Order: sequence, then structure tokens, then C-alpha cells
Amino acid sequence: MQFTIEVNNKSIRAEKGETILSALNRNGIIIPTLCRMEEFTPTGACRMCVVEVEGRDRLVTACSVLVEEWMKIKTHSPRVIRARKTIVELLLSNHPDDCLYCDRNLDCELQRLSDGMQVRERRIRGSKIKPRRDLSSPAIVRELSKCILCGRCLRVCEEVVTATSIDFIGRGRYTHVGPAMDRDFNFSSCIHCGQCVLVCPTGALHEKHYLTEVQEQLSKSDVTRVIQYSPLVPYALAEELGIKYSRDFDRLLNAALRKAGFDKVYLSGTGTDILITELADAIMEAADKPDKKPLIVSACPAWVKYCEQFTPELLPMLSTLKTPQQISGAIIKSVVPVTGEKPRLYTVSVTPCTAMKFEARRDSMTRKGISDIDTVLTVRELARLIVLYGIDITNIDPEPADEPMALRSSASLLAETAGGITESVLRTLAARKGEKEAEKPAQKKLRNTGNFRETMVSIGGRGYSVAVVDGLRGLEKIRQMIEAGARYDLVEVMACPGGCVNGGGMRTAGSREAVRQRSRFIWQADEQEAVRGPEQSATVADLYGRVFEQCIELTDRQLFHTHFSRRDVLL
Amino acid sequence: MSKIDDILDRYREGSHENLIPILQDVQEAEGYLSENAIITIGRFLHMSTTKIYGLATFYDRFRFIPAGRVHMRICNGTTCFINGCGAVVTAVREQLGIEPGQTTRDGRFSYELTACQGGCNDGPVICVGEHYYTHVRQEDVPELITKLKELADLK
Repeated sequence: MQFTIEVNNKSIRAEKGETILSALNRNGIIIPTLCRMEEFTPTGACRMCVVEVEGRDRLVTACSVLVEEWMKIKTHSPRVIRARKTIVELLLSNHPDDCLYCDRNLDCELQRLSDGMQVRERRIRGSKIKPRRDLSSPAIVRELSKCILCGRCLRVCEEVVTATSIDFIGRGRYTHVGPAMDRDFNFSSCIHCGQCVLVCPTGALHEKHYLTEVQEQLSKSDVTRVIQYSPLVPYALAEELGIKYSRDFDRLLNAALRKAGFDKVYLSGTGTDILITELADAIMEAADKPDKKPLIVSACPAWVKYCEQFTPELLPMLSTLKTPQQISGAIIKSVVPVTGEKPRLYTVSVTPCTAMKFEARRDSMTRKGISDIDTVLTVRELARLIVLYGIDITNIDPEPADEPMALRSSASLLAETAGGITESVLRTLAARKGEKEAEKPAQKKLRNTGNFRETMVSIGGRGYSVAVVDGLRGLEKIRQMIEAGARYDLVEVMACPGGCVNGGGMRTAGSREAVRQRSRFIWQADEQEAVRGPEQSATVADLYGRVFEQCIELTDRQLFHTHFSRRDVLL
Repeated sequence: MSKIDDILDRYREGSHENLIPILQDVQEAEGYLSENAIITIGRFLHMSTTKIYGLATFYDRFRFIPAGRVHMRICNGTTCFINGCGAVVTAVREQLGIEPGQTTRDGRFSYELTACQGGCNDGPVICVGEHYYTHVRQEDVPELITKLKELADLK
């Protein structure tokens, strides 16, 4: 039902049951918000969104109050503006004010609000929060002095990630956000997915930076520097740098990375192709066994840690395959020739993920104490490196990546969205049976929204049952299904809702729609690209046919597998 | 350990609404909420320890380290405050070398600041167990601590 309300002395149409905020937003009025997040129950805690409603003594929070027919609303009366400005001033009263040196400078919601409210002087002086920097985690840094206690991180951690690794600790001015027992991140149940980083309005939570390390290695003369990047990175980087993405951008990035000083540029997507191939092998092998158990994809390192901590009963079903990054890493550290002048090998991986930073340091990802991947950068960090080194990515000539990992199929790009790995594996299975596009009917189901999706596909006269957990909230459902005896052939779990397109290393402040847009880009690219699966890729054929055969370490492909074990942390 | 199990036996598994009563019972029985206790309660209620710890730290009454053998409750109510309990607290802090809520390394002492204990006529008031020390002045503190030390060693 629609009705008319009065806003700033003009009539607008409002829908029964919607909040004041949504009615205003639809009618061209922007109300500043802070603690509000899309798809979450509003709390009205920060009071940034207050408006004046005639007949009400107090200002009301637009985000949480439902619009009613009799309402006469003022959205920018002096009283409203003063209230909002005071809120920002109070938030700033104990803030460290070190914007120039802050990780989120120019990309900070508090900064934008303060600018928007035209705060030009420090009117309210409070005692500063005691600085405490938690650098213990390999992936995420917590800076308590910058926290404004909006609570978005802990809501995401509890309601989306379901890890509940952080909460408010203490009361009053001692309140801060932290893991159980006020320990540091490294001792907590944090799975490093970085969803909290994406929603943090200030620099209180951000990824751990490894750029200094990379710069140091880039300046040495005796090191062979190798970089690989995930299939989504070019698109994400264009987004981060504010450049319009074109099909050529992937090859421009190769050139840019060489300009930055990297000797070899490889594609992690080739690793994804190998993962897809190996997964298809595993499914075909297991398909007709009578005691077939569901095969759970282990390509998401955040999910893997979650599984080790919270659902160890699923560990036996977890595929032992490494993630694409680590598969590529294993190949790189095995086959890249190191010349006499540059005897040391240093590998960097760029991903849309923060959990990969943790993953690269797992014991099982090292050989004789040497990591397959030395440093993992997020897209945001790579953008900084490119700016720092003054590389004008729009003004260079495109270059191809290096052999033997110079090409990726579009299936590997597809794997960056939730459900994509499943779709790619089905595609490969279909291709092996000579049934082109047999996976097409499942596409709509797999590309749907919602945190749990399942479907059945018939390939080569046999039905394959697959399920996708898109965001860990869907995990409960899969646990029930498996307990009830569902015999899935493949279960894909992605910790971040939407998949890697919503990873913790992507551009912050993305809306649901922005994430969806990235998925749409991927689906479109998948339609257009020529090599649609690993089985069509000459690179993959070359790797299996020649490279792996010639390298003793890779011949049995054991290096692509790892092991997982129950992890004891404070849950 | 079994103390906690006994307490949990009285409650329904997974009943989140019983969290605070359980925490109170455990603190009553053990004197504080140990890490182990929080983990056990978390398993019993199917709650994250993070949540339990976060909630428990909201309330002043919950302790996370064992109290000293002598636990001093120093009144910080309005009247005691006006009568100079601030100086008394400073003296205690200096004498023991700990902050409110902490416990001395030898396990003898801990102290906390409380709201009004009702002894306004005789403030500043310090309560140790069942006993009240009244009209405590800053200069009385060293003697008081020496006396309480004997008490602690008897325990």
C-alpha cells in the first residue's frame, strides 16, 4: 500500500512497512548513516540518521523507524543538522586525528561524514583512546584507537561469517572490540576472511601490509622476482584505481608488473584450471563407488580454517587439493629457472582475499621450511604499489604473461564467484563426455542468490548432484543435508557471501549491488572468452603433457595436495 | 571443574537466557570466571566464548582472575568520596602496587571500588568479608594492610 507523507513541506510517496530512510532514499534525499548495513536489522545505535518528525519531541532515527501516514518529516532543519554534526564531533573527540598517516586516508567514512557535516574545528575534547595495535594476525590488523564502536565488524562476524570471533569487551569508555579473553587475533577463532575489514568505516581494521617487504625484494639485484595474480585481480584493480576496465587491461597489468620490477608474471588462473581438472578427476573416480561421500571443495582458505575449528566432522570429506594460489605457487617454486646472477627466488601472489595471507604461511604449504608463496598482497595493496612506483597503467603497451602459466580459461575466472567452481567442474565433466554445455541447465540455479543452492545435472547419462554454500550462513543447511544422508558429488563452500568477488581484499564500501555487478562482469566475460575450460586450454595441456613430466617433484602431482587437521582455538 | 558441572546440571542445555545466572553461580562457587569455566559454559549453552566474555566484561561484578585471600571492597559512594576515599584508594594502590580488580602476585590481596555500602555516617568505609573498617584515613592504610596481611596468612 502506498501513501503520501510530507517531507520538507513537499509530498512524497511512501510504501507501508518501509523505513523512513528507504522512503527518503527513493525520493532523492540522502541521509547520512554510520552503523547501518544493507540487509541487517537496523539498530539505530549511532543516531547519524536522525530526522525531525512533527509531533515527536525527540529526533527519530530514519533507519529504524517505519514510515507512517501522518508523518511530516524535516530532514535538514537546523536542529537535525546540529544533532548530526554534534554526533560526528563527539565521535572525533577521542579520535587520534592522524588521518594523514592512516591506512584509510581519503577512503574513510568518518572522514567523509566529518567533511559532509563541515566539521572544521575540534569543539569537543575528550581523552584519547589508549593506542593498541594488534599485529599478531598474518592477515588483519586491529587498531583500537581508531575504532568508533559502530559494531559493524562484530555484526558481520556473527551474522554473516558466523565465526563470532569478535565482540564488544568492557563497558563505557573502556569498551573496545576484540576476540575472546581480550587476546590478540592470532589466538582467536578468526578465519581471516576480511569481511570485517570491508565494513569498517575507519582504519581500525585493515589488512596487514606486506608492501615494504615487496619493495625491499624488488630493489635487490640477486633475486628472481615472480608474481602471480588471481583472475579477478585486473578487474578489481581497475575498480580500485578508478580506471574503466577493458579486455586489454589484463595484459596491461602484465606490463605494469614487469615495469615494477617483477621478472616473471604468471596467472593464478592456471592454478585454478588445474584445480578444476583435478576436482573433475576426483569426482569421476569417486562417482561409482558404493561408499561415496560428498567431496567438499577446499579452495577457500577462510572456509578451510573455519572447518578445522568449527566443523571438524566435515574434515574427512574436505578435498585435499590446495587452493589455486598454492597450486600455482608449488609449480612456480618447482619449475621457474633461477639464473646464476639471481639465484634466489621470491614469489608474490595478488588476490582479492585476506585469508590467503594466512594460508601461505601454513606449515603444510612449505617445503623444507620454504614457503611456496612468500608474500600475499591484496588488490588494494597492489594498487598502492602501482601508484607508489608511478606506473601509468593506461599509457603502456600490453604484454602477455610468462609461460608455462601464461593463459587461463574463463572457467577459472568463473571460479571467483560463488558457485563458479561447481559450474566449471561440471563443464569439464561435460566436455570429457563430449557433451558440450551439458552444465547450462544448472547455470541459473548455481548463479542464483541465497546462501544455499543445490541442483542436479545429467552428464553422460549420469546425474551429478551438487551444492553451493554461498557465505557460511548456508553451512548449517549443508550439515543437515549431509547428516540426513544426501550424497552430493561436489559441495562448494565460499566463506564470503558472493564468493571471491566479495573478498576481504577488494575495494571497501562495496554495496551488495556492486558485488553483484562484479559477478555479472564475470558471467559476461565467460560468454565472450574463447577458452572456456581447462580441457580447451593449451597451457594446461602443456603443463600436464610436458612440464609435470619433466619435473620430478611434480610428476605425481602430490604437491597439489595438502592435509588439514582439527584446530584447537577458543571458539 | 566438577563444581561447574554441578551448576550446569541445574540448567537446560542451550538455554541462552540462563547465561547470566550461570555466570553468577560459577563466580559464587569459584570466586571468579576462569577461562576454562567460560569455555565449558560456552559448550553447554552453544554460545561463542567471545560473546560470553564480551557480555561478562560489561558487568563490574564479574572477575576474570581469582580474588586475593583478603578482598577489600572500598566504598566509592558519594559520601565516602566527599570524605576522602580517593586518597585512601591512592594509598592502597601505592601500598599494594595493584589497580582495582587486580590481585597481588602473592595472592594475598585484591580490592575493588564499590557503590555506596550504606555506612555514610562512618565513611570512608572499607569492607573485608563481614568486617567493616570505618573512618579510614590515608595515614591508616599501612597499618591496616599489615593487619590484613596477618589475616591473609591465616587463610
